[in-house]
Amino acid sequence: MSILRMTKTLIKNLFHGPFTVSYPIEKKETFDRTRGSIGISIDDCIFCGMCERRCPTNAIHTDKARTSWSIERLKCIQCGYCTEVCPKKCLMMENHYTEPSFGNVRDVHVKCTNTQSPSES
Amino acid sequence: MGNRTIVPFGPQHPVLPEPIHLDLVLEDETVVEAIPRIGYVHRGLEKLVEKRDFQQYTFVAERICGICSFMHGMGYCMSVESIMGAEIPERAKFLRTIWAEFSRLHSHLMWLGLLADAFGFESLFMQSWKLREQVLDVFEETTGGRVIFSVCDIGGVRKDINKETLHKILEVLDRMEKELKEIAAVFINDSTVKLRTRGVGKLSKQAAFDLGALGPMARASGIEMDMRTQGYAAYGKLDFKPIIDEEGDCYARTRVRIGEMFQAMDLIRQCIRLMPEGDIKVKVTGSPKGEYFTRLEQPRGEVLYYVKANGTKFLDRVRVRTPTFANVPALLETLKNCSLADVPILILTIDPCISCTER
Amino acid sequence: MAGETLKEISASDLLTETLKLKNEGYRLVAISSTYKEEMELTYSFDLNYELVNLRLHIDTEAELDSISIIYPYSFLYENEIKELFGIKINGITPDYNNSLYKIPVKAPFGVQE
Repeated sequence: MSILRMTKTLIKNLFHGPFTVSYPIEKKETFDRTRGSIGISIDDCIFCGMCERRCPTNAIHTDKARTSWSIERLKCIQCGYCTEVCPKKCLMMENHYTEPSFGNVRDVHVKCTNTQSPSES
Repeated sequence: MGNRTIVPFGPQHPVLPEPIHLDLVLEDETVVEAIPRIGYVHRGLEKLVEKRDFQQYTFVAERICGICSFMHGMGYCMSVESIMGAEIPERAKFLRTIWAEFSRLHSHLMWLGLLADAFGFESLFMQSWKLREQVLDVFEETTGGRVIFSVCDIGGVRKDINKETLHKILEVLDRMEKELKEIAAVFINDSTVKLRTRGVGKLSKQAAFDLGALGPMARASGIEMDMRTQGYAAYGKLDFKPIIDEEGDCYARTRVRIGEMFQAMDLIRQCIRLMPEGDIKVKVTGSPKGEYFTRLEQPRGEVLYYVKANGTKFLDRVRVRTPTFANVPALLETLKNCSLADVPILILTIDPCISCTER
Repeated sequence: MAGETLKEISASDLLTETLKLKNEGYRLVAISSTYKEEMELTYSFDLNYELVNLRLHIDTEAELDSISIIYPYSFLYENEIKELFGIKINGITPDYNNSLYKIPVKAPFGVQE
């Protein structure tokens, strides 16, 4: 019988329950390699600007004078090129995705530096 | 002679995953002529090569299209490697082949789903895409991305797959093969499906050649054309034969693609069996100078990459001729004298990838 | 990988060279163009995975004959090149008169800004 070929599959599905995940109550687990978003451990950063120059979408901006590192989340394409070229390996690819947002979001990280040198105090 | 009307088809249409516009000249219910209009997703990626250096462009090349993204990255990297005379490690070649074949699998599964959707078989569409999800999970586990992998690099690949994961892939394949057989049987044997696909959009062998058809479109008409037989990446070490059908209608194209899915599974198994140990990347230094044409087989057919470099960091030109672009003349020909109700199926039958086409 | 050859020809020889290849059973793979001071067009043909490229250099104002009388499916490539690179190609059938691409920016891009 060549009609109703789907019946077996359909009946199986009827008793299986949903194959989908009911987001956002339940979240799909990520893998170790999942490229979610770029993270930085700002204390190790030397603001060399390598990530800024290599970024294919110009999402990253570094400022040596203000010791700040910022990334425009919607511009970033999570290619991970910056994490590869970072000489201090202080950039990393995190597993979680960025939060949904309206408009452009620029995440700014500023390194706290002790402006007073010990001898002065 | 009946009434002539012009029906605009697209750019937004339920069966179209991507925007293409066709002006259909109808005579009563029959299409007399179709005039294409593209450019809705034109991003000027070929021009972007002047602003991004050749290393960065690896990531841009991948983003030409979301479905054959890996093949685009691979094609671009192969061209640059050829210009620079870099020989990539064996293991990288095998890894590239595995990802390329998985891409084919996921592309064809997606196409099957869309086809089912085009003739109104919703549950079959869901089943195909449910299967595709497993491929995407393999991608995420091995590369980190679900559609855009960013693993291909000039000189090799960025990430390795370890033994346990390879073993897991084999398990996934076994499970998928069983489920795929179930839905493939529906596409091939169900008489309601056959009613919609049999004899629709027939293209004879000569006509397919004269129209420059490529990939599954040509193979379904009996033209034996598969760039993989040229043995790029690891294909030279694998045992396979292009899948060919004679009929040249939608049904034959479905059969070819289903055949290629089982073939892709077989090729991945062969790759895993033959995978050598070793490095996954060689260091490539300097800037490319020269030009090269690379051709490889994408899920939709042969793609041509032309890279011209001038010895600086920035390339002169990257040209991508994608299979969909070459299949459009064949589509326009099959649309002639078909009924309006068959238009969605005929458009889907070339597996249109508009982002590829417009770049 | 099968070999590829590159042959430099002049614009007036295009039709005869193309016809020769057509009679040998070649199929047209692609027409590519590059803009650097002058237009560089490459016509790629294939027979049994052998790639043959015809390369011709013309200046931006020159007119060129369409090969769509020999390879009917070349019309899409030629329309694209005509629209996006601004090369004047005569006798394309069908000629979409620069309306194949619907893009918000002004074409052709070939002309240096």
